Amino acid sequence: MTRFITSSFSHLILLIGILIMVVPVWMIFASSTHTSSMINMNGLQMFLGDSFYENYLRVLLYQGGFFKEITALKMFFNSFIMATGVAILSVVTSLMAAYALVYYRIKYATLLFWIIFITILVPLELRIFPTYSVMAELNLVNSYFGLIVPISASAIATLFFRQFYKTVPDELLESAKLDGANTWRFFVDFLIPLSKTMIVAMLIFMFVFGYNQYLWPLLVTTSEQYWTVVMGLKMMSGSIVHRFAFVMMSMVPPILIIIVLQKYFIKGVFQDK
Amino acid sequence: MSFLDLKNVTKIYPNGTKAVHETSLSVDEGEFMVFVGPSGCGKSTLLRMVAGLEDITEGDINLDGKLINEVDPSERDVAMVFQNYALYPHMNVYNNLAYGLKNRGIDKETIEQKVNDAAKLLQISDYLQRKPSMLSGGQRQRVAMGRAIVRNPKIFLFDEPLSNLDAKLRIQMRLEIKKLQQKVGVTSIFVTHDQVEAMTLADRLAVINNGIIEQLGTPIEIYDNPKSLFVAGFIGSPQMNFLDGNIKNKTLSAEGFEIKDIDSDFEGEVKLGIRPEHLSQRENSLINLKVDLVEQLGSDNLVYGQLKDKKDFCYRCPGNLTIEKGTDLSLNIENNKYYIFDKSTGKRVN
Ligand SMILES: Nc1ncnc2c1ncn2[C@@H]1O[C@H](COP(=O)(O)OP(=O)(O)OP(=O)(O)O)[C@@H](O)[C@H]1O
Ligand SMILES: [Mg+2]
Repeated sequence: MTRFITSSFSHLILLIGILIMVVPVWMIFASSTHTSSMINMNGLQMFLGDSFYENYLRVLLYQGGFFKEITALKMFFNSFIMATGVAILSVVTSLMAAYALVYYRIKYATLLFWIIFITILVPLELRIFPTYSVMAELNLVNSYFGLIVPISASAIATLFFRQFYKTVPDELLESAKLDGANTWRFFVDFLIPLSKTMIVAMLIFMFVFGYNQYLWPLLVTTSEQYWTVVMGLKMMSGSIVHRFAFVMMSMVPPILIIIVLQKYFIKGVFQDK
Repeated sequence: MSFLDLKNVTKIYPNGTKAVHETSLSVDEGEFMVFVGPSGCGKSTLLRMVAGLEDITEGDINLDGKLINEVDPSERDVAMVFQNYALYPHMNVYNNLAYGLKNRGIDKETIEQKVNDAAKLLQISDYLQRKPSMLSGGQRQRVAMGRAIVRNPKIFLFDEPLSNLDAKLRIQMRLEIKKLQQKVGVTSIFVTHDQVEAMTLADRLAVINNGIIEQLGTPIEIYDNPKSLFVAGFIGSPQMNFLDGNIKNKTLSAEGFEIKDIDSDFEGEVKLGIRPEHLSQRENSLINLKVDLVEQLGSDNLVYGQLKDKKDFCYRCPGNLTIEKGTDLSLNIENNKYYIFDKSTGKRVN
């Protein structure tokens, strides 16, 4: 009996937690399916209205921005390119960096690693002006390349992969060598398949990281053609239901990525064998 | 020059550990060579230098008439079976076997043929699609063997491959390895610290101690004719009995008895070695043993006890003799089979 009470009590707490998280999101979603006048007169809504298609389609295709040059659809496209680029590039570079650090006979490899690691203490926001001037110098302002590359070296991902490689037994490498595998083949045939789940987890992390960038895209783009969703959230104008609809849509890509890859994601974060 | 030739090979690890001292050794084609010795004596190091997994500090290694000191392990055409098997965890058994062949650019049909042949030989055909994590210890052992066999390498290297198996399986696999090696006829080096394994597998045996080969020979030679105290103590189970003694004028006096007219000119402090199986009971013999404990193995009894001077001693007798605890036995050394070693250098002197 006491067991039942304590367990229902903890369930209750969890349920309250979920409600606190979910209700505001639901209210925005429900409100985004009504007309503007309805919201303006009656406030936020708890139940669905019937303007869903109308509102969302209009937001997607409306030429917004200060100069009316970009649609939300294009922003989603830009964000997708940027997030995917950051995810892929940072995973590839950190995989290779970790491989070199662990398997090559580099003097002071540990020291080098810690130097890479302390770059965590120097986030983009701190080095934003020098980074900007480098990009400007290279003529990369207003380009996808400029959006992606400066935030695509991840010390965290390098740390994850390095720690994983260190747990791979030496005999595996030795055995592979005797089987005729060279350094490259060992990387491709062994380390990449063995760290598959971790790679997927890192791809998700870095995708969301890239997707959520605000300050850097703001600085490195002057043309509206390169606006991203997160910038759009700040800049957008228009009626309240359209803004709600845009907010709702901005959550979709990261959620979609996690749902599709969650099997790997959970395994990768909680260390698979 | 023989098939595998080590000349004055020395290994000093970067931290200064001298693991192998100026070792020279020849292995003939098709021979089964076993390295045996206590833990840390440098067996694995020597083997890994042949494989190319450790640099050679000094000396030369020739394989099949070619100096291989600087040859990359992937080009040496050697196969190695590791203690923990080192199977590729993300590949199924088929690909574990096929991987080395693929890297050599062999075409698909030939690979399939070879893998299937090897699998049949090792009776692992039923598991080809399984991942290593879904196999038992003995099956993994076979896959590791298969991975070595399938490439038909110049030489097999085994680094204590049986030590992760239970006792019964170990004996079975030991037999299978020996049969397999005779069938395939590939030159092999097998590292173990188990002297029974060493004796049963070897064509020739190298007893290694502290980075030096103490003695090299067939198992029987080494058992019958150990050249040093270390080898005498290491080979043979139960261990040889050692007694302190002294030689003067061809007479050895140990505590409690004397042996006259020994076959040695040595004078001074010695160790007398007698194997437990070279003793028999006879009235009024040299050695008097007070029995403490009898281990009955069925075919044999191992009788443990003490001599007059409280020295521990072991005697092996046929299993049909009943010996009670506390009795006094009088033991004779059969056919004068005893070994005398210089106490200071450990060298054999008779
Ligand atoms: N990488 C290394 N760096 C420094 N010293 C090492 C290294 N590997 C082995 N040694 C040392 O070299 C000596 C020989 O080691 P080795 O592994 O060859 O012994 P072994 O005969 O195979 O022993 P075991 O039966 O326990 O496997 C040991 O003293 C060991 O401590
Ligand atoms: Mg070893």
